Amino acid sequence: MTTKEIENPLIKFLLHLGDNALIMGHRNSEWCGHGPVLEQDIALTNIALDQIGQARNFYQYAAKLIAEKSGEKLTEDSFAYLRDSWDFKNCLLVELPNGHWGRTILKQFIVSAYKSCLYQALTSNADEQLAGIASKSLKEISYHLRWSSEWVIRLGDGTPESKQKMQDAITSIWPYTNEWTNFTDYELNILGDNHWNIKENWETILKKVFLEAGLSIPTNGYQHSGGKMGNHTEHLGYILTEMQFLQRAYPNAEW
Amino acid sequence: MNEQEQKIWQLLDDINDPEIPVLSIIDLGIIRSVTVNKHMIDSVQEVFIEYTPTYSACPAVDMINMEIRSSLQAAGFTNITLEQKLFPSWTTDWMSEIGKEKLKKYGIAAPIGKSCDNQLLTDLTIDCPQCGSKQTTLVSAFSSTACKALFKCNTCLEPFDYFKCH
Repeated sequence: MTTKEIENPLIKFLLHLGDNALIMGHRNSEWCGHGPVLEQDIALTNIALDQIGQARNFYQYAAKLIAEKSGEKLTEDSFAYLRDSWDFKNCLLVELPNGHWGRTILKQFIVSAYKSCLYQALTSNADEQLAGIASKSLKEISYHLRWSSEWVIRLGDGTPESKQKMQDAITSIWPYTNEWTNFTDYELNILGDNHWNIKENWETILKKVFLEAGLSIPTNGYQHSGGKMGNHTEHLGYILTEMQFLQRAYPNAEW
Repeated sequence: MNEQEQKIWQLLDDINDPEIPVLSIIDLGIIRSVTVNKHMIDSVQEVFIEYTPTYSACPAVDMINMEIRSSLQAAGFTNITLEQKLFPSWTTDWMSEIGKEKLKKYGIAAPIGKSCDNQLLTDLTIDCPQCGSKQTTLVSAFSSTACKALFKCNTCLEPFDYFKCH
């Protein structure tokens, strides 16, 4: 892919959504064959697959728009396999290592809760294709949210050890939460006034589930940001090295 | 609907979902429209089909596309355009009643209620497709494919899939 600067806010927004879904899906897929029990292994792998499917939809639409605007022929694969980390616009949270099962679930819960609010807002977007992808994804995410909420409650309200592990996971992941609702210009351009509802609804879900789980939310502390503008943690580089290896080593390989 | 379009609808009804082979893609309700136009100059028939995939990541989509193309080509249609239509998004409400019956016979419990109820598997009584018992328990909201949940029958003790309301 040429490194032509993409300035169109809708295309930037689509890549941001696609990157969040792809990288989170990729992280989840690392659990394939390693889940604590078969049913939960399958559940998390299903959730990974849903997210990779959503990423495909966003990338395909972005490629179509770029082709219409500039004639440059790109495909979904150009975005997934042929961009470097500074081109990715995902939030930092999705690239963080999984850690233990509880930490993985916690990440999934925070992201599913956010996406359920974001996609709800996008279902009424003036752009029909974006609204279509969002309403399809929303149905899938409702299941992800319910599943991950149940796990957060089960572990938070479980044994003293599981509770402590969840509380520690919250402490370590919390510095990566504000980024989601610190909206960039390209997001505001598409979301308009809806962005206030997203932040409020998201916080409501998080508070409700953490309360039921008996877990507390840190009130202050440093917050990381930069992912949406292409400034990432070192973890993304390692993900891309693995994910893009084949296309980099054997350009245009197909199977 | 003209004669050619009718013929294509029939051909499509013979194409089955590779993941749930008892259901045709018409039973599933993923075909939105079929249009056949005669090209002005060389009178070649142009076929235009709109479809809505069930799930974002449904791995069967590419396979179904391929089967539509080869089935139509075998019937003499050469100029075929398949277009994905994501809006409005697919829902289990579009599954035909015949399709739901076929599912049950195959051993998969059919979706209950309308997708807009948004119950997400809570407070639902799913009858066991094997023995008809109402004493069933949800094992996992995610099963062998993205569109199904895993249940267990407490009467005949068999596990079974439930096609989730979507």
